[in-house]
Amino acid sequence: MSAKIDTALPLEYQTEQNRMNILGFWIFLGAEIVLFATLFGVYGVLGHRHAGGPMQQDLFIIKDVMIQTMLLLTSSFTMGIAIFEMRRHQLKGMLVWLVITLLLGGGFLYMEIQEFTHYVHQGATMQTSAFLSSFFVLLGTHGLHVTLGIGWAVLLIIQLLQRGLTPVTARKTFIIGLYWHFLDVVWIFIFTFVYLAGLVS
Amino acid sequence: MEKTTKSFPISHVIGFFMSLLLTFGAAWVALQTSLPMNTIIWIIGSLAVTQAALQLYMFMHMNEGEDKAALTINILYAAFIAVVIVAGSIWVMFSGHSH
Repeated sequence: MSAKIDTALPLEYQTEQNRMNILGFWIFLGAEIVLFATLFGVYGVLGHRHAGGPMQQDLFIIKDVMIQTMLLLTSSFTMGIAIFEMRRHQLKGMLVWLVITLLLGGGFLYMEIQEFTHYVHQGATMQTSAFLSSFFVLLGTHGLHVTLGIGWAVLLIIQLLQRGLTPVTARKTFIIGLYWHFLDVVWIFIFTFVYLAGLVS
Repeated sequence: MEKTTKSFPISHVIGFFMSLLLTFGAAWVALQTSLPMNTIIWIIGSLAVTQAALQLYMFMHMNEGEDKAALTINILYAAFIAVVIVAGSIWVMFSGHSH
């Protein structure tokens, strides 16, 4: 651990190690952007191949999509507030907002699982058509990221309760915040190019 | 990058309301107008990019820290590669083999 602590900076930036970890996580997010781009590319190419199966308009329900979008969008906002509270050194406020974020994220995940099971019951599975294969892979990868993010944040909350707010736990929280906002950014593009574009008649 | 002493996260609230506005705006353009498909895709695509930039600056603090130039270049490069992958794949698969 670097001994040089610059107390003029927010906790998460105070050590060289912290600054390097945050920079490294941004580079990871760059790679994640490219990962999702390949999946969007596949959906863009195969999204019109319905193979006689259901089309976008037959499956998507705009009301449910809007609820999912609101849940994730609001959770990105509450995660932002958690980081804001962290910079005010308010551990309690930070934990409250983190828990609210996770509840919203859990709600999103519940809606998505409901949506997928509904599709499968309608006979729209991954094997039905190229459209549905690429749809489930793109949305499944995003949903998996949300699931991992929730598990990761739960572990972090335990650590915050045990160790309190230190430069190390602050850096970890900041990084998970970046991850969570990134998932919302990916969802904006899924909402736009999968759901809205699929529902334009 | 300031050590926050303010008690109200005004920039977060503004960012959140702008995100809501862009989301409902995109839904309205896609579902309530009868513009041509291509026009709609361009409009809602631009709204999505705007909203992504909003998240990066207002929630992810991309414009702060000593590495902000490196961060911006990294994300812009990733976005460039993303556009090449998506637009390139679609272009090759839809117009490439008709010639």
